[in-house]
Amino acid sequence: MRIWINGDSHELPEPVSVTDALSVLGAPSTGVAVAVDDELVPRADWGRYRLAADAKVEVLTAVQGG
Amino acid sequence: MTEGFTDEPLVVGGHKIGSRLIMGTGGANNLAVLERALLASGTALTTVAMRRVDAAAGTGVLDLLRRLGIETLPNTAGCRSAAEAVLTARMAREALETNLVKLEVVADERTLLPDPIELLDAAEQLVADGFTVLPYTNDDPVLARKLEQAGCAAVMPLGSPIGTGLGIRNPHNIEMIVEQAGVPVVLDAGIGTASEAAQAMELGCDAVLLATAVTRAGDPERMAHAMRLAVEAGRAARLAGRIPRRYWAQASSPTVD
Repeated sequence: MRIWINGDSHELPEPVSVTDALSVLGAPSTGVAVAVDDELVPRADWGRYRLAADAKVEVLTAVQGG
Repeated sequence: MTEGFTDEPLVVGGHKIGSRLIMGTGGANNLAVLERALLASGTALTTVAMRRVDAAAGTGVLDLLRRLGIETLPNTAGCRSAAEAVLTARMAREALETNLVKLEVVADERTLLPDPIELLDAAEQLVADGFTVLPYTNDDPVLARKLEQAGCAAVMPLGSPIGTGLGIRNPHNIEMIVEQAGVPVVLDAGIGTASEAAQAMELGCDAVLLATAVTRAGDPERMAHAMRLAVEAGRAARLAGRIPRRYWAQASSPTVD
């Protein structure tokens, strides 16, 4: 199944949770937030949230700015 | 504030903030330079931006702010619509566990001026969602009033466009915003040097937010120190009450008999 993580496409075996997507990215689990198709997915739901095909996953963290 | 003189602490939406100089972290060449500048500034609240995770880059700026005991103020820089800004603010709250947000909704890349319509829309949505909203706004007294009426915890008018260092282009508008505001007024954007930070405080602003003026100065640490002194001096001058301006001279020595 194809999903999009921070703009890059990935082929992953179903089912894919948000936690699975984060491990593909190698992202730290703290200090980050995840949105799927422009909706925030709270941390507590990462394990059970099942991604649909072609889901757009955005993983953000704090950087220098402002 | 110098010992012996009393002042109220800055309070934004129930958050007591230990310095009237709010810093940004953008523009610093590296974290070591940023750390020295932040320490020299004496700041207690500092902005960060939200961007896609780069696993190789790590989370250096967050670790730095935590180590220095500086509260983080996430911004929505880069957002061009209310919808983008609301999502970014929600992600910042989730990632950083803070209700504070510096709300930025800019209209275009050339001016980086706030889009007032999208800004007010986003502010209303975020207030309703429980955020403590600090909007980066135009130096427009009417818009500032509407943002306050929408429930924003502060208003942050620009002195001039972001990164220009052109100082405060419309001091009278800033004074009008201060005069009518029931929430703290933070002069945000456009400061180039220390006298302009002092001017903002003399005009009655409650705090100054700046980044580039320090991080891109020849010596960021020394400029941060200068800004700290300027904000303190301007605040003290405001509280002291300046003399009225006169057209003609007025001798301060006794007249000759």
